[in-house]
Amino acid sequence: MNSMARNRLADRIFRVVGLLATLLGLLLLAIFLWGLLRTGLGRLSGQFLSSLPSRFPERAGIYTALLGTVWIMVLTALLAVPLGVAAGVYLEEYGRKRRWAALLEINITNLAGVPSVIYGLLGLEVFVRFLRLGSSVLAAASTLALLILPILIVATREAIRAVPRSLREASLALGATRWQTIWYQVLPASAGGILTGIILALSRAVGETAPLLVIGVLAYVPFAPSQPLDEFSALPVQIFNWISRPQHEFGVNAAAAIIVLLVITFGLNGVAIYLRNRWRQQLP
Amino acid sequence: MSELQVEHVNVYYGTNHVLKDISMAIAPNTVTALIGPSGCGKSTFLRLFNRMNDLIDDFRYDGRILLQGQNIYASDVAVEELRKRVGMVFQRPNPFPKSIYDNVTYGLLLQGVRDRAVLDHAVEHSLRQAALWDEVKGDLRKSALALSGGQQQRLCIARVLAVAPHILLMDEPASALDPISTAKIEELIHELKQQYTILIVTHNMQQAGRVSDKTGFFNYGQLIEYDDTRTIFTQPHHEQTQNYITGRFG
Repeated sequence: MNSMARNRLADRIFRVVGLLATLLGLLLLAIFLWGLLRTGLGRLSGQFLSSLPSRFPERAGIYTALLGTVWIMVLTALLAVPLGVAAGVYLEEYGRKRRWAALLEINITNLAGVPSVIYGLLGLEVFVRFLRLGSSVLAAASTLALLILPILIVATREAIRAVPRSLREASLALGATRWQTIWYQVLPASAGGILTGIILALSRAVGETAPLLVIGVLAYVPFAPSQPLDEFSALPVQIFNWISRPQHEFGVNAAAAIIVLLVITFGLNGVAIYLRNRWRQQLP
Repeated sequence: MSELQVEHVNVYYGTNHVLKDISMAIAPNTVTALIGPSGCGKSTFLRLFNRMNDLIDDFRYDGRILLQGQNIYASDVAVEELRKRVGMVFQRPNPFPKSIYDNVTYGLLLQGVRDRAVLDHAVEHSLRQAALWDEVKGDLRKSALALSGGQQQRLCIARVLAVAPHILLMDEPASALDPISTAKIEELIHELKQQYTILIVTHNMQQAGRVSDKTGFFNYGQLIEYDDTRTIFTQPHHEQTQNYITGRFG
């Protein structure tokens, strides 16, 4: 066998291996989804979405948990987005050549890899106990905001870095200050990328369970939160609670709630993908 | 008096000595062509006048550059103000991803001009000066990115003119354009000379010969020869210049 034939054989083998690897991942996902839908889909109904938690599985619903999840999503976004975007802009546009900015950068990348349960401990100590926020929506949202801050900063920086240098130069050469250039050119040109990052970060926050458990978010809350200091429940906590119960019916409830949570995260990811594609087409 | 006076300027990028002891005087309402092989420092030289090199991390310089007698690198000079007086057109057309109208008014908006009538007038006047008005007057709301390359470059020129600078820096403004667009830009340079002092970097010897009054030849960071364009092209004093313009190197 000459080297040409050998290379071609290697090429073909790699294609088959790659295909199998891809299929394996998809297959596992399909099995998971199939099992989930078979168990939970029948339980999904208007009653399930609009009922309060109950110790009778057939009467229990996810109303308060769903609203709690919406609450923390909005509050987390309000807290994390301005901070994350501002920090990303600063690091990319102003702090780039400073030595301590390089140090910050390494730390931020590391923070993105810290297990979420550690953030939960931080939230418990700082927000729940020290600031006396209790296991409230605000405490949970603050904790999740810290958790997604590094992701937001990195996403913002990447989006800003993709803005062509020629655009900045054109603006500066017309007498714009650095801030004017950021505000009128850099941010609009990178808005799609930043927005994509925000949505992906939020979809991560929505599914987080560990930090919420650590800061003491309850599974049984018989009312929907009406202000940031209310106690509340959230979908992942509700699911966790139901799954750990012995009765089979609660398992069915958990499956149905997981479907709802998946719809939310897939929806958010879908929007993110749509925005990313639109943004790519716009770049010159 | 000369409009621009360059006195013993040295430029370094880190330890790299890119411009060596350059002195040059530029008279108002003239076109000066800067020629030389790639990497000779002519673009760096051009970017000294609107301080675009300041954006480069390890840029250092010494010497003086006087604009109408004032040192543009003095500590009390606001860079933004300087750049309003010294406009720049880049090698590749770089319009903003906005409408034609918004591209032209950008510089004025930065200065806080909001008066509709003033902006409208500036748009028409600048586009006429840049010989683009007749082609776009019906469609000022169209995206600038929908224009052809040549039109985009003239829009970029109009955008600079709207800020009313004294000096125009052009960094190979026609190198990305087709011959017809190039001819239009050259014609434009000829017109603009009446009101502006123009410095143009070019790789095209014929272009330098056609549009400029004076020509400076750079090589290895040195200004080898600076004289009337006619002299440079017919009887250069240096052999290097002779070799370069006849195409023997570079």
